[in-house]
Amino acid sequence: MTTTWIDAAACDDVPQDDVIGVPVGGREIALYSVGGDVFATDNVCTHGHARLCEGFLEGHEIECPLHQGRFDVRTGQPTCAPATEALRSYPVKVEGGRVWLAID
Amino acid sequence: MDSERPVVAAAAHADATIVIVGAGQAGGWTAQTLRKEGFAGRIVLIGDELHPPHERPPLSKAVLAGEAVPESTRLLKSEAFDALALEWRAGTRVTGIDRAARRLELSDGDVLGYDKLVLCTGGRARTLPIAGADEPGVHTLRTIDDALALAPSLRPGSSIVVVGGGWIGLEVAATARRRGADVVVVEAQSRLCERTVPGEISEHLMALHCANGTRVMLGAGVTAFARGSDGRLAVRLADGTSLACDTIVVGVGLVPNDELAREAGLECDGGVLVDARCRTSDPDILAAGDVAVAENPWAGRRMRLESWHNAQEQGIAAARSALGLEVDYQPLPWFWSDQYGMNLQIYGVPMPSHHVVTRGVAGSETFALFYLDGDVVKAALGPNAARDLRFARRLIEQRKPVDTQRLADTAIPMSKL
Repeated sequence: MTTTWIDAAACDDVPQDDVIGVPVGGREIALYSVGGDVFATDNVCTHGHARLCEGFLEGHEIECPLHQGRFDVRTGQPTCAPATEALRSYPVKVEGGRVWLAID
Repeated sequence: MDSERPVVAAAAHADATIVIVGAGQAGGWTAQTLRKEGFAGRIVLIGDELHPPHERPPLSKAVLAGEAVPESTRLLKSEAFDALALEWRAGTRVTGIDRAARRLELSDGDVLGYDKLVLCTGGRARTLPIAGADEPGVHTLRTIDDALALAPSLRPGSSIVVVGGGWIGLEVAATARRRGADVVVVEAQSRLCERTVPGEISEHLMALHCANGTRVMLGAGVTAFARGSDGRLAVRLADGTSLACDTIVVGVGLVPNDELAREAGLECDGGVLVDARCRTSDPDILAAGDVAVAENPWAGRRMRLESWHNAQEQGIAAARSALGLEVDYQPLPWFWSDQYGMNLQIYGVPMPSHHVVTRGVAGSETFALFYLDGDVVKAALGPNAARDLRFARRLIEQRKPVDTQRLADTAIPMSKL
C-alpha cells in the first residue's frame, strides 16, 4: 500500500518556531515549525475545545491556550496536566517548498 | 549513591493505604497522580457527591445553559477512571479523624485506617443569614446538582435576581441572559468583583453586563427574601426597594469545609493550613485545593486559591508529597472567568503599591493591565488577552526587568519583550 500525501501548506506559511492551523482532508490540523523541522497534529486539544494553533509553542511542546495542558508536537503525547490523552500526530514530508501530510 | 533519587516514604509501599477525602478536582488529581507516580497500594477516594471527580467551571456556563451534559465535566473517561483501581466511596462523608490511631470514622458507620490522608474537602456556597433564605426558588451554585436544579429556571421571560456581583454571580447572570431571562445583579460593594480586580476591570465588567441587558445595582444591601401572595419571590433591599422575581441566585462566596480538620486539632486559618509540601500540622495529613491555606510568595501572605488551576496543581503536588517525592508548591495565582464570550484572565496578585502599565486601550474589547514593582512585572490581567497574558506569566515568573514603554506598545509583540 502506498502512502497518500496531501498538500497542507507552503513551507513559508509556517513561521519558524510557531504554529498555524490549516484544514487538511476535512480535518483541523496544527502545523508546527521547530528548528527547521515541521510537525503536524490534530489542532483541537484533547482536554478542552480549544485550538492549539492559538497556543504557545515552546521548543517541542505546544501549550493549549485554554488550560495550559501541553503536548509533544513530535508524538502528540501529553506532557503536562490537564492533558492526559494523546493528540493524533501525522507523518510529514517537506518537498518542493510544500508541507505534505499522510492523513490515513 | 544516587543523591538525585527521591527517598520514597513508607506510605508509598504496596501495602499502604492513602485516603483522599473529597472527590472533586483536587481529589481526582491526587488520586490519578498517586498511580502515575507508581503507587500500587490502596487508594480510597471519599466524596459526599454521587458524581465522580469533575471540573466545576462549566457548571456556571455550558452545563447551566443546558449546552453540555454533566458527564462532559468528568476529569477522566470511565475506562481511565476504572483503570486507577480506586475504592471510590460516593455519597459518603467523613465524620471524624482519630489522628493518634490514624483512623477515620465515616457517615455510614465504617472505620477506615490510613497511612497518609489527603484532605480535598473544598468548600460550600456561602448563604445569607437573612429571612427567607430557605424559600424554594432561592439557589446557590457549587455542585452539578445545584446547576441541574437551577438550569430550568433560566428561560425566556423568567426574571432572575442574582445576589452578589462576584465571579459566580456574573457568570450566572451572563448564562441567564443568554437563555433569555431578565436579570438584575445586586451587589453590596461599590463595584463588581471588588475583592479581586482593580477598578478598570470592574468598569469593564459593568459595561459588558449592561450592554447585554443586565441591570446592575451597586451598593445595594439585601435585607430579606420573601414570597408574596402572588407566589412570586421578592428581594428586599436596605433602601426599602423590593425586587419581584421568579428565581434568586445567591453568589456571595465560598466557605471552606475545614470543620473536619479543625475538630481533629489541625492548624487552620480560614481553611486548612499547609506548607509548600502540602502538609498540614500533622505530617501524615495533607491538604489541597479550595480548602487549603498556604503562604503564597507571590501575594506575600497566606491565602486560599479558589481556582481550577490550583485544584489541579495542588492535587498533583499533594500526591507527590504523600509519596515522599520532592515538592515545592509555590504557585503563581492564575484565574480566569468567561462571560458572554469574553475571557478575563488574572496572573499574580495586583497590589496598591504596584504601578500600572496599560497595553491597548482600557475599556476596549481587548487590553491588558500590568502591575509592576519598579521595572519587574508582578501581576497582569485583562479581557480577551490570553496570548499576551501567557507571555506576561513568563515575565512574572522570570522576574525579568522590562522596558515599560515597549510593554505598553501593542506594535511590539510580547514575545519580543
